Amino acid sequence: MYKYFPHTESDIAEMLERIGVSSLDDLYAEIPESIRFDKDYNLRKSMSEDEVRSYFKELGSLNHPLTVFAGGGAYDHYAPSVVGQLIARSEYLTAYTPYQPEISQGTLQYIFEFQSMMCELTGMECCNASMYDGATATAEAMLMAVAHAKKRNKVLVSRTLSERVIAVVETYARFHGVTLEFIPEKEGVTDKAAMEQMIEANDVAGVIVSSPNRYGIIEDYTGFADSLHAHKTLFIVYADPSALAVLKTPGEWGADIACGDGQSLGMPLNFGGPYVGYLASTHDLMRKLPGRIVGATKDVDGKRAFVLTLQAREQHIRRQKANSNICSNQSLMALYVTIYMALMGKRGMQEVNEKSYAGAHYLCDKLLATGKFSLCFDKPFLKEFAVRTTLNREQLMKHLEAKGFLAGIPVEGTNDAILFCVTEKRTREEIDNLVSLIEQEG
Amino acid sequence: MKYYNKLIFEISKPGRVGYSLPQSDFGNYSLADLPQSLKRETPAELPEVSELDVVRHYTNVSNKNFGVETGFYPLGSCTMKYNPKINEEMAALPAFTSLHPRQSEESVQGALRLYYELAHALAEISGLAEFTLNPFAGAHGELTGLMLMRQYHIKRGDLKRTKVIVPDSAHGTNPASAAVCGLEIVEVPSTPEGTIDVTKLEPLLDDTIAGIMMTNPNTLGIFEKEIPQIAKLVHGCGGLLYYDGANLNPLLGRCRPGDMGFDIMHINLHKTFSTPHGGGGPGSGPVGVAAALVDYLPRPHVVKHGDRYAVEGSDDSLGSVSGFFGNFGVMMRAYAYILSLGKENLKHAGELATLNANYVKESLKDCYYLPIEGICKHEFVFDGLLDKSTGVTTLDVAKRLLDYGYHAPTIYFPLLFHQSIMIEPTETESKETLDEFIEAMRTVAREAIDDPEMVKSAPHVTPVRRLDETTAAKNPILRYKDLNY
Repeated sequence: MYKYFPHTESDIAEMLERIGVSSLDDLYAEIPESIRFDKDYNLRKSMSEDEVRSYFKELGSLNHPLTVFAGGGAYDHYAPSVVGQLIARSEYLTAYTPYQPEISQGTLQYIFEFQSMMCELTGMECCNASMYDGATATAEAMLMAVAHAKKRNKVLVSRTLSERVIAVVETYARFHGVTLEFIPEKEGVTDKAAMEQMIEANDVAGVIVSSPNRYGIIEDYTGFADSLHAHKTLFIVYADPSALAVLKTPGEWGADIACGDGQSLGMPLNFGGPYVGYLASTHDLMRKLPGRIVGATKDVDGKRAFVLTLQAREQHIRRQKANSNICSNQSLMALYVTIYMALMGKRGMQEVNEKSYAGAHYLCDKLLATGKFSLCFDKPFLKEFAVRTTLNREQLMKHLEAKGFLAGIPVEGTNDAILFCVTEKRTREEIDNLVSLIEQEG
Repeated sequence: MKYYNKLIFEISKPGRVGYSLPQSDFGNYSLADLPQSLKRETPAELPEVSELDVVRHYTNVSNKNFGVETGFYPLGSCTMKYNPKINEEMAALPAFTSLHPRQSEESVQGALRLYYELAHALAEISGLAEFTLNPFAGAHGELTGLMLMRQYHIKRGDLKRTKVIVPDSAHGTNPASAAVCGLEIVEVPSTPEGTIDVTKLEPLLDDTIAGIMMTNPNTLGIFEKEIPQIAKLVHGCGGLLYYDGANLNPLLGRCRPGDMGFDIMHINLHKTFSTPHGGGGPGSGPVGVAAALVDYLPRPHVVKHGDRYAVEGSDDSLGSVSGFFGNFGVMMRAYAYILSLGKENLKHAGELATLNANYVKESLKDCYYLPIEGICKHEFVFDGLLDKSTGVTTLDVAKRLLDYGYHAPTIYFPLLFHQSIMIEPTETESKETLDEFIEAMRTVAREAIDDPEMVKSAPHVTPVRRLDETTAAKNPILRYKDLNY
């Protein structure tokens, strides 16, 4: 007897009789004895509900949540109360993939809304139903470029893309047999002249850049699309969707594919997941998009309805000939960001950026004023910026953590640079406290 | 209840807001200082709605959905078991949800310990040496597992092994994952009994074979009892065995993939370990390996030194497959499930799932065609109605079941039969629920004879009826802006 198992002794007896066997063991008679498992698992004993609560509380007490001044792909934005409560509705939470559209219009409709909103933010013409995370979405964008180009097998990645994203793209490239080359950075941004040289031979399927980039710099991609398209090379932009409410969109830069992580759209930090990737493209590349896509249609009575469409692209139909092995998306997380975007709306999304911008620039100026920091690059930024410090970086960060602050992230490849981030959640008081702690340290 | 058919954009009115942000006092910093050339030209056309507008909209939209808590969900290969509430409560604890993934190891010891303990519980349940929890879903686990397989051969300098054997009954993700991983697919046929044809497998085995991907029980719900022989043959040729854990549920407490001879496997936490499917994700696809492959696991990898937990990655690691640690929130739910059941209850989940499947199968085989007789595991496949003379298809049966308040079974999969109906009841359903479902299936079979047109035009009472999928694919409308009704 257990609360998740409704079977009584008499139920089991009646059911076995219908089946025509005499015991539960008989249901496993065909399993060769040599591979049967007839011991007890070496696991803990069953816990009551309160014991589970206590145990998680104990584990939780070993964590130290901090006041977050860090980003690097995970941003501490305001999460409206409404969102968490709505996505917990069991009609959303406990449904499967909407393969039976007649009883899945809820899921199908919000995915349609998600696609629509992501198109608005990115300036792209179509978007799929979401991806695992930003890094895997970028790897899929690389696979799309190679599949689209047919005879080209090389993809270029700017060194200013986040190293976390690069690491995943590299793994996919190595096993899929894609040649990955890196465009060097120049003063914190993608070296355009170097890139133009690298695409001269007409053998590059796609180029991946990002904005804001790994230093938080908003890169200027003027002229990139023209250069790339002249060589039939796809232009792929990794972009923070929250920032796209104010920054120039991948669509406006002339991108063929946009990708990134929707975590910045008010999702909890969640120790790295679940987040939600997005992958959007031009109309021309629509049939090359991997994963699920929802389209509008009508039912036999003429009622507007939504359905999974263009399924001929997908693994369950095309098997090894599919563009991707993607089966599930991050549906519930797509719902999360859809509700977030609905609540924040046109104005709220701009306000989030306005406030993050103000806070980040305030912190930056205060840090520079201490005389212990200097900007890595004097380039425009939004909510993240990289500074060098004359203090001992590791000691400083450790000290600030002990005081309850996650004071940025070390910039990889340097021993003195820190990437700070300020969202609209950070108050002036928190920033002032952080800076005065830093001053005391020095 | 009134049918609700509005999109969020259609209830938008300029000037409304649904949020509140604090006043900031940072002085004269303004986005206006950014060069215009770096800013978007026109604002994103997002909705402008009040908080109640949003709440009511998404509540009404949810009413057009069907979840496990709405009713019975016998969807084959998807293991739609009950998603316990305590799991949700634990996954929402701020002591975990507020952690930034780039915090120091010292400040996230509880999270790392949970990751480590769950990984080791899965290893015990699977009979394998170690797990990574980083992969985001089943298909992502498959891809990671195949990368591990290739990395193993590559690190041994055995570069010829570029083919992977996949049975013809496999999930579509198997061959697709192999292709993404750069492997060539070799298909092995099934016997009339639905299991791998060992005589046809043997000639395929040579020094170009990286390994084989198997599901056991397979997608027909049949246990591949030749597995010890298959393992011997594949290992004998230098290949590895990959276990697709989509069908692990019936083996809980009865049999472990590691003991069967598998070297690599993935587990769908959203199937066997009760985490919600969320309308298609987030899932989680942990991957386990035998001792010889531990060094190849992806980065980051969580280890334990004394009583401290640390994040490491071996030099031989295949690399990263995720931005951070995978879908951590899903792991918390799965661990709450394992702790709740404990060793004494977990072992009964498999046999009760198997009992339920066989009970439904035996109760319906006089009106649906059962192509392969015998005891199944957690699921089984009918090949359409027994009496096909009226032209009522599997699709029609599935749609008619919606009218009776059931989610349809998986249909037209596996591809071995033309009219597949794949049913998986799971262990959390009672005999009464199964009896009612059996009665509905029998009623549909009768209706197919008495009034075939009515079944062919089903469903009749769902929020919408059959959809025009052809036009949707021919003329795709994928966003609100392109909708001109």
